[in-house]
Amino acid sequence: MELGTYIPLGASIALAFGFCVIFTVLSSAVGPKRLTAAKNLPFECGSDPIGSPRGRYSVRFYQVAILFLVFDIEAAFMYPWAVLFRDLSISPTGGSSLFGFTEMFVFVSILVVALAYVWRKKAIGWD
Amino acid sequence: MPQTLTQLLDGSVLAMPIAAGLIMGMLTVNVLMLVWAERKVSAWIQMRMGPTEVGPFGLLQTLADMLKLISKQLITPSNVDKPLYHLAPLLAFAPVVAAVALFPFSESTILVQNDYGLLFVFAFGGIAVIAIFMAGWGSNNKYALLGAIRSVAQNISYEVPLILSALSVVLVVNAMGPTLSSGDGVVAINGLDLSHIVMTQDQQGIWFVVLQPIAAIIYFISALAETNRAPFDIPEAESELVAGFHTEYSGMRFSLFFFAEYTNMLIVSMLAVVLFFGGWDGPVLPGPAWFFLKSYAVIFVMMWVRWTFPRLRFDQLMTFCWKVLIPLSILNLLATAFVIAVL
Repeated sequence: MELGTYIPLGASIALAFGFCVIFTVLSSAVGPKRLTAAKNLPFECGSDPIGSPRGRYSVRFYQVAILFLVFDIEAAFMYPWAVLFRDLSISPTGGSSLFGFTEMFVFVSILVVALAYVWRKKAIGWD
Repeated sequence: MPQTLTQLLDGSVLAMPIAAGLIMGMLTVNVLMLVWAERKVSAWIQMRMGPTEVGPFGLLQTLADMLKLISKQLITPSNVDKPLYHLAPLLAFAPVVAAVALFPFSESTILVQNDYGLLFVFAFGGIAVIAIFMAGWGSNNKYALLGAIRSVAQNISYEVPLILSALSVVLVVNAMGPTLSSGDGVVAINGLDLSHIVMTQDQQGIWFVVLQPIAAIIYFISALAETNRAPFDIPEAESELVAGFHTEYSGMRFSLFFFAEYTNMLIVSMLAVVLFFGGWDGPVLPGPAWFFLKSYAVIFVMMWVRWTFPRLRFDQLMTFCWKVLIPLSILNLLATAFVIAVL
């Protein structure tokens, strides 16, 4: 895997950025430029905005984010395991082996206990 | 004998601009057609006509809409966080374009051949969350922030079953054998390479939707949630949140978000075709034709679902993901691993 194979990928990202910039500039050049005080207000169904929009929000969203981190890292850990699973399932004598399966089973079991715990603590879901 | 389009153009100075230009052209046409198709499908389901006036069958309606959007005033409301507000549409748009380039349309039509295509598609998909939150936070608007928070919570939650269901396919691909015969001769099988996933299905003569039906269903549900489509369109529930995270965006900036959203639909359905429906595999017609036929069939199902089911409540949505989809996908993964290890 050479670095060169990433160049077309980089080129398409660059072109996409270029596309965005060109069309935004074109649009601001073509479009009208009439600014009024009402137009500049944050949209709040026609009434004047009340208070700051950046208030507090439910702690549950933070819980979801933390749980996501745990499970996403778990998924990221599972990818190399899945790629190597064939090798892990062959015992040194040549027969089939449950080594790879058992390892992941233990890991996932611990995770499932954690999931059951947050479930009982009502950290997942909104009930 | 050149295997991929990149190799075909290799050595030419124009290679990169041509490849990137091809993607952009394809995506523009795709989005214009998808928006038209969505309106026609919804009209058909609700026994209406849909767009009929502009061009034959209203085909040019979206083009007219796009011209209109370009000619609209770009409003930057006061008190927005300017860097975040301006960067968010770009960040939503660029990764989806790059992700499309990774897909193998046939064995020899790949714009960017990458050994870790599957990981890259997920990685580019993950960037969308950042763009959404930047847009919502930067907009200085209550609806936008609420929409962004909901959207981020939903996207990150459904990313876990999405990744896990794709993982069981990777397991199956790798279990099919140490090697694979391809155009280059015999190569070591790599379950993360999108074209290897398709070639395995081709050579085994079986689509993975048959071997992994549960993973396919989990993938499809999570994909609907990832693209924020009904019945999971809570982030932009228009009857409660105006337009969700892009409430404050107007004109061209809004259409960039729109563009990204419809391209995302194409990406998740192309990935579904690669993972579960045998990619370019099919009789008579050339590979790319089959690939796109299948992709648009998946998109049609997505539209059908959107216009059939009502929107879920947010608590139902999160509960369903964490209490049903994630345990189910972990179980499915372990069962797959057990069967492979025993066989």
